[in-house]
Amino acid sequence: MIIIEKLTKVYGEVRAVKKLNLEVYSGEIFGFLGPNGAGKTTTLRILTTLTKPTSGCVWIKGFDVITQPLQVKGEFGVVQQHLSLDRELTVWENMELHARLHHIGGVERRRRIAELLDYVELSQYANQIVENLSGGMKRRLMIARALIHRPKLLFLDEPTVGLDAQTRRRLWELIRRMNLDGATVFLTTHYIEEAEALCHRVGIIYQGQLIALGSPLELRQQVGMTTVETLSDNKDPDYHYFSDRAAATAYVQSLPPEVKTITTRDSNLEDVFVELTGRKVGDD
Amino acid sequence: MSPLLYLLAFGYGLGRGMEVEGVSYLEFVIPGIIALTAMTTSFNSAGMKLNVDRLFYKCFDEILMAPVSPLSLILGKSLIGVLRGLIVSLVFLIIGIAISPMKVSPLFILPLLLTCFTFSFMGVLAALLAKSHQDMATFSSLVLLPMTFLGGTFFSSSQLPQALKVILYIIPLTHSSQCLRAVTLGQPFPWLSLLAIVGFGLAFFVGCVMVLRRASV
Repeated sequence: MIIIEKLTKVYGEVRAVKKLNLEVYSGEIFGFLGPNGAGKTTTLRILTTLTKPTSGCVWIKGFDVITQPLQVKGEFGVVQQHLSLDRELTVWENMELHARLHHIGGVERRRRIAELLDYVELSQYANQIVENLSGGMKRRLMIARALIHRPKLLFLDEPTVGLDAQTRRRLWELIRRMNLDGATVFLTTHYIEEAEALCHRVGIIYQGQLIALGSPLELRQQVGMTTVETLSDNKDPDYHYFSDRAAATAYVQSLPPEVKTITTRDSNLEDVFVELTGRKVGDD
Repeated sequence: MSPLLYLLAFGYGLGRGMEVEGVSYLEFVIPGIIALTAMTTSFNSAGMKLNVDRLFYKCFDEILMAPVSPLSLILGKSLIGVLRGLIVSLVFLIIGIAISPMKVSPLFILPLLLTCFTFSFMGVLAALLAKSHQDMATFSSLVLLPMTFLGGTFFSSSQLPQALKVILYIIPLTHSSQCLRAVTLGQPFPWLSLLAIVGFGLAFFVGCVMVLRRASV
């Protein structure tokens, strides 16, 4: 679905993306995980034709993003990180505008808008001005808008950022449903639990480079399935990774008494990130 | 509102009893104010809306990601300026006809329409280049405001020394004022000025295309 080869983007002295190679397969939910400033949004902007790369190639469904932008633009839908709705228009008018931009004709346009507003449970708000909607509703409207031309590829840039836990889980369900209905989903996130809950495969990006790629399970297996977190006086926590619980338990029993706090738990993608970079995903 | 204030201050206040180029100052200044109205309304309607969409609502990216060519996009974004510019100018034209005898022929519409297009393209270009809302205000202060007072709206260029005339003729509004004034005063039509308006319009349009192509794919 997406092939990225040696993609590089340089802003002045800053190399935002460095020789990125990546393939995203049809039908998967792919998560691009990394801290703020890692290069996720820059990569996404290049994939969606908003930014020109400094070098490298990108193909979406066989179309070259650089030389065939008009063909590529019809193949994907995008939900941006920030709210990008026309807040002076109603829910229906926002959908209508987007449908017209995608050259969808009269009767079909009205049918699809009604269908999609129903899909994201916003039918009863069709005539509301967007400004008056809640954050979760605006996000759902952005998803509906991105689906108006029935794209087989969806880009979601930090789709749940700033939303409460309940709304976030509702959106996760919607993303799973879209994937089951046949859409390939490429999402960027810095929420570990989001990547683990949703993605079939995850790519971890750090300082513009892809440092790990695989399913959440494969990535956890790379560092060890069990983590022991220890805390001594006046020190930062130490992380130790083990292939199974038995090995972790044996290690815990061997620890000296100065170690005040010991936590044994399943490893997660945060541990993968810490092990590979020496810092946490949320650190800036 | 500002065209009416200009009319009151310059047409009735300062210019009462004055004659310019053999006609009353009121007859002289009204076509200039119509050109000025077309400029400011077209620029603000196209530019300010795009600036807000781009930097505040951030919904312009959505349009950039749609399968629409840059040419269609720029034309589409400019048409709101053209439409509003035409409506407001025509309303002011009706007021002008009511208070001062003016000859209006179909030839009046052509430079007016081209003026609206030219300044709409200029507004779109400024909005595409602006990095903040303040940039638009700065552009207005540095470009539109000097044009307002130097663009042949309030005085005749024939009164100026040759060196200053050159400066006046590199201002698009001067050409708009001259075309509209020539029609309403029954003077020979300045076709070169009409060509200049087209030239400025094309330059701004090409500038918009280049800025869009430079930024996105």
